[in-house]
Amino acid sequence: MAIEVSKNKWKMTFGERIYIIPILHGMWVTLTHLFAKKVTIQYPEEKPVISPRWRGRHVLKRNEKGQERCVGCQMCELACPADAIYIEAAEVPPEKRHEHPTERYAKVYNIDMLRCIFCGMCEEACPEAAIFLTPYYEFVDDSREKLVYNKEMLTEKVGGPILYKD
Amino acid sequence: MHTELWSLIIEKTIFGVILLAAIMTGAAYVTLAERKVASWFQDRIGPNRAGPLGLLQPLADGIKFFLKEDMIPKNVHKAFYLLAPGIAAIPPLLIAASIPWGNQIELLGKAIKLQMIDLNVGILFIFAFASIGVYGVMLGGWASNNKYSLMGGLRSSSQMISYELAQGTAVVGVLLLAGTLSLDEIVKQQDSLTKWYVWRQPIGFFIFFVASLAELARVPFDLPEAENELVGGYHTEYSSMKFGLFQVSEYIHLIVTSALISTLYFGGWQIPFVDIASNSSFIYGVLGVISLLLKTVFFIFVFMWLRWTLPRFRYDQLMSLGWKFLLEAAFVWIVITAILVLAFPWYKTWF
Repeated sequence: MAIEVSKNKWKMTFGERIYIIPILHGMWVTLTHLFAKKVTIQYPEEKPVISPRWRGRHVLKRNEKGQERCVGCQMCELACPADAIYIEAAEVPPEKRHEHPTERYAKVYNIDMLRCIFCGMCEEACPEAAIFLTPYYEFVDDSREKLVYNKEMLTEKVGGPILYKD
Repeated sequence: MHTELWSLIIEKTIFGVILLAAIMTGAAYVTLAERKVASWFQDRIGPNRAGPLGLLQPLADGIKFFLKEDMIPKNVHKAFYLLAPGIAAIPPLLIAASIPWGNQIELLGKAIKLQMIDLNVGILFIFAFASIGVYGVMLGGWASNNKYSLMGGLRSSSQMISYELAQGTAVVGVLLLAGTLSLDEIVKQQDSLTKWYVWRQPIGFFIFFVASLAELARVPFDLPEAENELVGGYHTEYSSMKFGLFQVSEYIHLIVTSALISTLYFGGWQIPFVDIASNSSFIYGVLGVISLLLKTVFFIFVFMWLRWTLPRFRYDQLMSLGWKFLLEAAFVWIVITAILVLAFPWYKTWF
């Protein structure tokens, strides 16, 4: 039901019609903004504060023995709504047996950062708690190929910084 | 006689070159100021990458304008299309030439007037050239062969004609008090703070200010280039330096109008409590110029301030404000001023 609006409900007086006082009030409001604290973040020099729960670049974690947690089960590939993950699973060769907790591992593990929508479904799907999204958000590069991150780029370095605490 | 003429020519040439350079640089820096002030009003920082505090930004913009591809669309009226930016840019410069930027200064044993042309019909000259400036905008809009440009050109021509009337009428109050059309004389009469014409002509000043805002086609009267209705208005089809010329002319016009307001109502190059009219030493002359420039900068700032405060008028509102309110108010104000001048002699002498 529409509310009836009468046209001459409020007839403005001359003083109201010349709008001087509202304009001065408006000018006061804008003037306060002139001296207000600026909200700009000078990006490359000054970085914004990112929440630790931010969903950015992925990391493939290692377990406490330094072994790759990923067992190449392809659950994340299946869960990925953007089809950004590509995995080729294989049997662990005998000489590398100590680097993996099981005999199956991901031989190829690519994530296309241009396809990824950073939804975090891979994190949720992973039965081994191997993949996590980190607060790292700077992906700039000069070709599409370079933005397909391979396993080496994604896996945590042995003894390197802990990228994500689970 | 002969040497006098030559020295006059040399003096005016040098002064003219300096004035032209100053006005052009000023216009370039007003574009920077526009962006900076806009940013500050929006809680941003604004351009700060080119040079310290972004001070080289106008230079970068200028280089960019020159290096951009100079495109001429296929179906434009070529002659008018090329002519329009020039016609738009020259009148504001001529107005700048007739504004007294300072009192005379003593240099090399010669009194040099800091005004290019001291006309006894200064104000009429300014209004004449201000209206010629509209031709540039109109021609640009029409010659572009683009409906948005044409709309912008039409809007600006009708808007400027409407508001020129109010502007010209409002200034009559000052002329009645001053008894002269020469800007130099008008400034010389405002030789103390109380004698600034704004105190005796508050309504006249208000009308003149609002009409100037419309003349400059700035917010809230920026309908000729209302970008969300008309793309870019009359300069939609212009690129590279031709667009730059329109832009520069707009900002020169802004500077000149602010200087004109200061000259007519705020004592021009006079400084309150300092008598610089009777002293033609170098220092006093320079102080006078600085005084006028400060007033000009203040009004430029006010124009920018209003831009970030007020929303744009609707076109019919703009027209009805111009024709049904400002013009009548200006006429009434002339009558009131005339009565005051005739009935109360102290109104003319004032303190």
